Formats: sequence, C-alpha cells, structure tokens
Amino acid sequence: MKSNSRRGFMGKAFGAVAAVGAVGSLVAMKKSWDPLPSVKAAGFTTLDMSIYEEGLMVTEKWRGKPIFVLKKSAAVMEKEKGNAAAEARNIKIGNDNFMVAIGLCTHLGCIPAFREAEGDFLCACHGGQFDASGLVTKVPPPRGFDIPPFKIEGNTLVLGEVGPEWQTMKDNGVTL
Amino acid sequence: MAHFTKATSVKDWLNQRLAIEKVEKVMASEYWIPKNINFLWAMGMVLVITFALLVVSGIFLLMYYVPTVDEAFNSVNYTIMREVDFGWLWRHVHGVAASVVFLVIYIHMFTGIYYGSYKKGREMIWISGMLLFIAFSTEAFSGYMLPWGQMSYWAGMVITNLFSGGSLHADGLVEWIRGDYVPAQAFLGRFFMLHVLLVPLAIMGLIGLHFAALRIPHVNNQDGEEIDFDAESKKYLDGDKVGSKVMRFANDFMSKDMMVVGIFLIFFFYLTFYNYGFAMDPVNFDPADGLKTPAHIYPEWYFLWSYEILRPFNIDLGLALFGFAQVIFVFLPFLDRSPNSVPASRRGAFKYWFWGMLIVMIVLTAMGKLPPEGIYSTIGLYAAIIFIAMWVALPIITSLEKKL
Ligand code: HEM
Ligand code: FES
Repeated sequence: MKSNSRRGFMGKAFGAVAAVGAVGSLVAMKKSWDPLPSVKAAGFTTLDMSIYEEGLMVTEKWRGKPIFVLKKSAAVMEKEKGNAAAEARNIKIGNDNFMVAIGLCTHLGCIPAFREAEGDFLCACHGGQFDASGLVTKVPPPRGFDIPPFKIEGNTLVLGEVGPEWQTMKDNGVTL
Repeated sequence: MAHFTKATSVKDWLNQRLAIEKVEKVMASEYWIPKNINFLWAMGMVLVITFALLVVSGIFLLMYYVPTVDEAFNSVNYTIMREVDFGWLWRHVHGVAASVVFLVIYIHMFTGIYYGSYKKGREMIWISGMLLFIAFSTEAFSGYMLPWGQMSYWAGMVITNLFSGGSLHADGLVEWIRGDYVPAQAFLGRFFMLHVLLVPLAIMGLIGLHFAALRIPHVNNQDGEEIDFDAESKKYLDGDKVGSKVMRFANDFMSKDMMVVGIFLIFFFYLTFYNYGFAMDPVNFDPADGLKTPAHIYPEWYFLWSYEILRPFNIDLGLALFGFAQVIFVFLPFLDRSPNSVPASRRGAFKYWFWGMLIVMIVLTAMGKLPPEGIYSTIGLYAAIIFIAMWVALPIITSLEKKL
C-alpha cells in the first residue's frame, strides 16, 4: 500500500515534468517553422512612380510576390467615376493615378495575365477576371486584388510600410 | 532464469537467443490465409514491393540531389539525368513508382470496398489503410516540390493556399507552413525533410500498424465466408490439408503473391524503360519562376478527382466539399450500416453504389484533367454533386439492406 502510493506520486511527478517538457518543445517546434528574421527584414521595396507609362502594366516584386503597377489613363478614370469601390482603390501620386496591387489571384494564388487590348486581367487557372482597378468581374476569386501596405514619399512608393492612405483603405475594408 | 546450453548449430544458437523458429511460425508458416481468395489479394504485396522500389531509388537520388532553390533544378535535370551513370534509371523508377503506387492503392481500396473487408473486426485495417493513403499523398506532394520546376512551385503555392481556409484568411498559417511569404528556401528545405525522413518514417510505422490490424481478424475472402481460423488451422496441421479452408502464408500463399508481383514488375519496368513520360510533367522541365504562372495548373492524375470537387464551386463551398472528399473514405466502416460483409454483388442496392462510386471517381478524374470550360465544367459539377450525394445516401441504403 505504502509503496503503491509512492509509485503513484512518482508517476504524477514524472507526468508533470513531462508535460512541461512537451509544451516547451511544441513551442520551440512551432517557432522553428516561423519565417526567419532575414526573410521578414527583406520585406521592403521602393518604387519610383515617375517612370511608368499609361496603360502599360508593369510587374514589380515585393516579398517574392508579383506586384502589378498600372498607370491609369484619363479614359479609364472617366469610366471609374461614380464607382465607389473602384475609386476607393485608386492611388494618387502627384497628378497621376495608379492601380498597385499584389498580382496573385485571390482565389488560389495564380498570376492573372494583363490583357492590353481589354485593359483587364484574366486568371488562367480557374477563369477568374479582374478589371483595371483590380475588382473582380468574374468568379471564382472571392475579392479584388489585395493592396500591399504602402507609404507615399514624394514621387516614390515604399511597399511594406504602412502610410495613412493605406491605413484608410484597410480600415474601410478596401483591402485585407 | 533463462538457461542456455551449448549450441548444436548456428540455428540452435540463434534459436536460444532470438526464438527464430517461433518468430517464423508466427509471422509466416502458421499465419493462416483462406484458400478462396483471388489475385486482388496480392495487391498488398505489390504495394510493399513498390514502396521498396521507391526507397531504393530514392536513396540513390538523395546522394546527388541538392535541396536549395538555386541548385535543386540542375541537380535533378543535369547532374542526376546526365552526369550520374544510370541516374536516369533511378529517377524514372522513382517517378513511375510514385505514379503506379497510387493506381495499385486505388485497386487495393476498391477491392476492400467490394468485398466488405472493412467491417466485422476489420475496421482498423481499413482506417490504418486510409492513414497510409494520406501519408502517401503527403509523400507524393512533398516529392513533387523537390525538382523545383514550374509545377513544383505553383502546385506548392496553390496547395499551401488551401490552408488559408477561404474566407477565414488564415494567411499567417500559410506563411508559417511556407516559412516565407511565398514558397522559397525555407519551404523547399522543410518539404525536403518531410519527403526523405519524416513521412517515410510515418509510412513504415503505418505499414506495421496495417499488418498488426490484419493479425486478429485475418484477411477476408471472396465469398464473405466467416472462417473459424483456429479450427481450420488445426485441421491443416493434423494432416487434412485438402479439407482445410486455410493454407500457410509462407511459402504457400507467398508463391501466388510473388507470381502476381512478377507480372506487375514486368509491366512496371516496361513503363520505366519505354513509357515513363506519363509520370513526368513537361511543365516541370522549366525552372521555378515566381513571376510567371503556367497556363494550366493541375495535379498529378491521382489527385484529380478530389481537385475536381474543389473547382466548380465558390472558394468556401469548394474547400468544404474538398475537405469532405479527403476524409470521407476513412469513415466508410461506420457509414455502411448493413451487417452483411459479403461481396457487393450479393448486397442489393450497395452493388449499384459500388459501381456508381467507381464510375463517378473516374469521371471526376477525367474532368479534372480537362480545362475548366463549357461542357467539361458542367459534367464536373454534376459528378461532384453525385459524389457527395452518394456518400450522404450510403447510410440510408445500407440500413435498408436485408440481412443475409
Ligand atoms: C524513403 C523513401 C524516399 C526517398 C529517400 C525519396 C527521395 C526523393 C528525392 C531525393 C527526390 C528528388 C529527385 C527527383 O525529383 O527525382 C524525390 C522525388 C520524388 N518522390 Fe521520392 N523518395 C522516397 C519515397 C517516395 C514515395 C513513397 C513517393 C510516392 C508515393 C515518392 C514520390 C516522389 C515524387 C512524385 C517525386 C518527384 C519526381 C520527379 O519529379 O521526378 N517518393 N524523392
Ligand atoms: S487561382 Fe485564379 S481563378 Fe483560381
């Protein structure tokens, strides 16, 4: 009886030590899979916005992802007028208007192609379509292109830094 | 206390220390197999042999493969394919075996479904088998990442994105799985580890569990007959080999098994030498490029049926149904409410359910390969709905089934 309760105690004591160890190792294992600091630090890209031509879509790169930059022509701006969803996504730098967005389909992440003639985007993976402001015109994509965090500094755009314009978009649910 | 005597032979020496004779009996000569089974019962052995081929060819590939984003593609397509003597052999054996192993798994699964080998004490065999299916799927997917071609990269992108859970936007989870914002070095490194160590270890453990689960209920037979293995094996050992309904696993049943394995291997090496193309996607001979998506992204043929269930719906419903399709087979023993464990041909409505399921999965597979347009989209959509509906109907039709 006496030795039994002693074994019982030893069993519980071991259980306690093992539980602490198990939780500790799970934390370590989880953290070892996190993105490395070097990966996170490389997360900024600066774009000179004065070099883009109207109607020509250029793909830049930020955090390994393609970034679509499209300088919108007056005609496109005219078409967007009154469309609140499109206007809310517009990025104004000086007198120029841009669409800047992460070029990954919000469905499952393929890169949609820009169709110069139509001035819109077509995703070949499952047939999704987006217009020049990045809004969905044909499903399955559940929402328009995501807009990367940006900060306007004069003529340049810093991707990865949160500026007031982006914060407003985020607060209004324009982007994730 | 154990008592050791001077050994009379090497066998006796080992016997005293490892009881090898007893082990041999338990594992082979007195492991009883029913006589009334056909070549479909050899599929398990074919799977063991195919797994062995994967391990051996994998070991040779591993000696030259370099798991870095800069060198992976060339280490496979240049070093292994051109420089290493017979490197192409290991790669083609590995690729063809990875594809064929799924064909055999599907045959093995549907054999089990047809003969009701997942009920009456055989539930754990079925469940461990489905865990093996999941482990093999993980193994195949992680291996597909390794050559770091366009299909590796984009399949990695699309499949890891599934974990964002659609509208749940669990992007943090996706980035955690990748170790980066997009598939990159951290991603390749961890999938390499999974492919060559963790998942193969899990597969070996699960094969052990699968065999252990077979031990007590024994294998089923093609008449769904309940055999008294104790009585029948006694009859056999007492000399009535003809009258007994069972035979020894080794060497008696093994000889039949290995005959089927022999035929399989001829077919396998015919594919490896003359027709390996189906196991190598041409798009994967372009190196990974994060700024260019291939025109069509589709998985290897063995994942097509479940991929096709994802495609026709909006993202949340698609993901939910895809998840359903991934796990539903595991629950088969509990969804089949009928007590009958006999071939489907004798089970009324279930017979049609079986053939219907087989056909629906073949249709889904075919539609998954075709571009998601027009009539193919429509057929795919209906097939996906029928697939789901059939699983929902299963408990109903089987509880109405007459007890035999
Ligand atoms: C211990 C066992 C294994 C080892 C050591 C191993 C090792 C490797 C290595 C180093 C590669 C990269 C070279 C290449 O792409 O050809 C590879 C590729 C691959 N492995 Fe494995 N493997 C093993 C088991 C398996 C299993 C069980 C499966 C599937 C069910 C599998 C499926 C694949 C696939 C699909 C590829 C890509 C082949 C290609 O694109 O050519 N492997 N494996
Ligand atoms: S990834 Fe673009 S439509 Fe599916």
